[in-house]
Amino acid sequence: MVVNPPTADPVPAGSVPVPLSRKDFVSDQDPRWCPGCGDYSILAQTQKVMPDFGYPRENIVFISGIGCSGRLPYYMNTYGFHSIHGRAPTLATGLKAARPDLMVWVITGDGDALSIGGNHIIHSMRRNVDITVVMHNNRIYGLTKGQVSPTSEFGKRTKSTPLGSVDHPIAPLTIALAAEASFVARSVDTHTEHLSATLAAAGHHKGSAFVEVLQNCNIFNDGAWREFTERDVRDDRMLVLEHGQPMIFGKERDRGIRLNGLHPEVVKLGNGITEDDLLVHDQHAEDPYLALMLSRMWWPDYPVPVGVLRAIQRPTHDQLMTEQIAEARLRYGEGDLAALLQEGETWTVK
Amino acid sequence: MTAEHRPVAVEELERVTIRFAGDSGDGMQLTGTQFTRTAAVFGNDISTFPDYPAEIRAPAGSLPGVSGFQISFSSTDIHTPGDAPDVLVAMNPAALKAVLPELPAGGSIIVNSDAFTPQNLAKAAYAGNPLTDGSLSAYRVFQVPISTLNAASAEGLGLTSKQTDLTKNFFTLGLVFWLYERSMEPSLRWIDEKFSAKPEIAEANRRALKAGYAFGETAELFQTHYRVKPARLAPGTYRNVTGNEATALGFLAASIAAKRELFYGSYPITPASEVLQYLATYKQFGVKTFQAEDEIAAIGATIGAAYGGALALTGTSGPGLALKTEAVGLAVMTELPVVVVDVQRGGPSTGLPTKTEQADLLQAMFGRNGEAPLPILAPATPGECFEYAIEASRIALKYMTPVLYLTDGFLGNGAEPWRIPEVADLPDISVPNHTDKATFLPYARDPETLARPWAVPGTPGLEHRIGGLEKADGLGNVSYDPDNHHRMTLLRAEKVARIERDIPNLEVFGPAEGDLLLIGWGSTYGAIRSAVERLQAAGRSVAHAHVRHLNPFAANTGDVLRAYRTVVAPELNLGQLQLLLRARYLVDVKGFHLVRGKPFKISDIEQEAERLLAEQRG
Repeated sequence: MVVNPPTADPVPAGSVPVPLSRKDFVSDQDPRWCPGCGDYSILAQTQKVMPDFGYPRENIVFISGIGCSGRLPYYMNTYGFHSIHGRAPTLATGLKAARPDLMVWVITGDGDALSIGGNHIIHSMRRNVDITVVMHNNRIYGLTKGQVSPTSEFGKRTKSTPLGSVDHPIAPLTIALAAEASFVARSVDTHTEHLSATLAAAGHHKGSAFVEVLQNCNIFNDGAWREFTERDVRDDRMLVLEHGQPMIFGKERDRGIRLNGLHPEVVKLGNGITEDDLLVHDQHAEDPYLALMLSRMWWPDYPVPVGVLRAIQRPTHDQLMTEQIAEARLRYGEGDLAALLQEGETWTVK
Repeated sequence: MTAEHRPVAVEELERVTIRFAGDSGDGMQLTGTQFTRTAAVFGNDISTFPDYPAEIRAPAGSLPGVSGFQISFSSTDIHTPGDAPDVLVAMNPAALKAVLPELPAGGSIIVNSDAFTPQNLAKAAYAGNPLTDGSLSAYRVFQVPISTLNAASAEGLGLTSKQTDLTKNFFTLGLVFWLYERSMEPSLRWIDEKFSAKPEIAEANRRALKAGYAFGETAELFQTHYRVKPARLAPGTYRNVTGNEATALGFLAASIAAKRELFYGSYPITPASEVLQYLATYKQFGVKTFQAEDEIAAIGATIGAAYGGALALTGTSGPGLALKTEAVGLAVMTELPVVVVDVQRGGPSTGLPTKTEQADLLQAMFGRNGEAPLPILAPATPGECFEYAIEASRIALKYMTPVLYLTDGFLGNGAEPWRIPEVADLPDISVPNHTDKATFLPYARDPETLARPWAVPGTPGLEHRIGGLEKADGLGNVSYDPDNHHRMTLLRAEKVARIERDIPNLEVFGPAEGDLLLIGWGSTYGAIRSAVERLQAAGRSVAHAHVRHLNPFAANTGDVLRAYRTVVAPELNLGQLQLLLRARYLVDVKGFHLVRGKPFKISDIEQEAERLLAEQRG
């Protein structure tokens, strides 16, 4: 009876939607990030994967918080909402609850998601709100011109920590897993193919998806991830996860990860060690142990894992809300305001 | 045993005010609500005031643990739960000690004498026993061994003594029912429904109620019982309603009248949680309720839902409104229809969670960074919360603006008989979504209301971006242009100011000009109106105006203020409406302020009015 006011039919009955291309998702606004910023790549890969999802442009919404990443929605030719610091997941939760028909993306940064918005990001994930969160992680506050962020290294010298940061950094993917996100992944701004594949997988996931993109800030934190993401070292220092495949890495693909007691161990293949001894990645494992282990692996002790750590299915927040309403209607019938007003003891004055 | 009807005198009274008081575990709120329902169904006009501690279970028998419920019921139209009780029902020494200062000499006290043990007397810091030391000689004291009598009534049911003791509030209720010639039927029905799964508990409560009633009938303690006839209310079907329930019902009705889904995002906070709890039971209407992780998330989700096309609200109390501040500003900037409910309580900070106050008006008005005006509404009675929930929604939707809707703990928890409105009489407050691509600009404005178009996601061709950064007039793109910011700031202010054309004039009760105008807002309505009625009956030239639209004010407000020699604004704060009126109209409005966590008494206001009138006479 009470319905959301009709928006015009996105696809008129009987018509065949014209396939969209990357260009359809480019808005008329010129990006205004610093030249060389990793955000350009994240934007380009995001625009590139959008046609894959089959949603008409008008049914897609990008919501951001504050920080350099927050500008991304202006450059997407979809609906967009540049909200306030840390709160994008809350807007996304309400929007998705009110409008399950929409595809909702949250664009955030390490400060926005993990510091000022830490509470919201956690709760959006435990509720399994059906949104895709892309967290640009450059380990610095860029928009405010260079203060430490929750992912900055211990001891890091910045404008706000001239003698070095005394705060221990947070592990974003461990947080996401602890908060029960149903999809957890990591990629790198400059690894464009891997990035677009990861964003595509996240977008296709039904439920709360969290993607950490290791991003460079060439002005305030240049080389944020250089020691393991640069072209010449990345194969040796990063582990590209593939579902169902043994965990092998290295330029020569000669090293792997095996389990030694409760700990992952880097081993060299050969001398009796074969692929069969290695851990096989299972992103669909119901229990979180493997994913949690991967989320803790970090250079130089281990290669840094990228790809999908976890992708499981469980009912989404909007689905559960909608089902409760259906259930209430089944049990009590469609709501009748006149009857509700008359509930309880009433009396009549003549 | 056959009930032998003992001849007792019947005394007819116009109005009676009873305070039920006991330990917070004694069930006094339930006793009070049961009596309220019965009196309401009988046809009395009623007004109630629950007054309970913030602690769920303060130490048993202690003064901080006293929970009270005051009900006034009358055969005439009343506006308040009564200045002072006529009858105090005290379940233990602490309750007696806590309420006694409010009981006028000659008032009646019914005590549970069983509870006056040395330990309980010590917990209430009594040196001696007030029941025997003569200190209550100014009152009519009825000592009833409630615990013992009640225990006897439950014999044979196999309940533990603790379970039996929990039913003694129904014994008390039964006794008071007898005293005021009330039927036990509504409460017996309630017991059957409530304890349908626990027949022995139901039986114990039924027996307790009947035993209390029978005790009044047979014990020769009470020589009189009292009759308060039904009040002559306007014709219609009535029910009892609290402000919080009326608020929830009002917003539900608003969503139907607006033909939009209702979304309510909230975080539990006293005394606003009930609004969330009521709305959570309306799922069969398609209502979506969301208990957020914090106050900010609650309004964030609400803004998201409004952006998606829902009638979206968030609700809280003062501390929560403080947390929502930045997001309210975002709703101002993005010009989205969001209603923010603030059920005010004593502040600042955590303040007095369960006590009432009206000290958030200036927070509502100015509590945001930047120039961020928004409409503010405040209903005056529990029943009016329904009407103003619809009005708040109407303004939010029509003008595309966040709206602040202010009630308080007294309105939220207080109850009154409410004439049930006809669904067919609901106004149509629906507004269309914008769908026309040819005429679309995100910040184009309706020439009348200055509202911007509501273009919800899902509408083809209207893809656009909004946010907290300043917008270019019309286009809606981010703009740092100085002239544009100046123009947009004026436009946002003008949009809210224009609502003045769309709201009723301020009504005056009493002479259109004269010696004294009392001007109030919110829950002080009843006390001010009653005081003004008394003053007028005494021949004074006094009028009452009550502001429901606090921003913008009604168009005639300045004229009303200037028509009286003296204007006073009684408020449960230190002069917030007073400040706004003086600033806006340059009229020397006087203030009258009490911040005791309690509603005004009629006599407080009456005395202040008399003082001001005496001052005029010089």
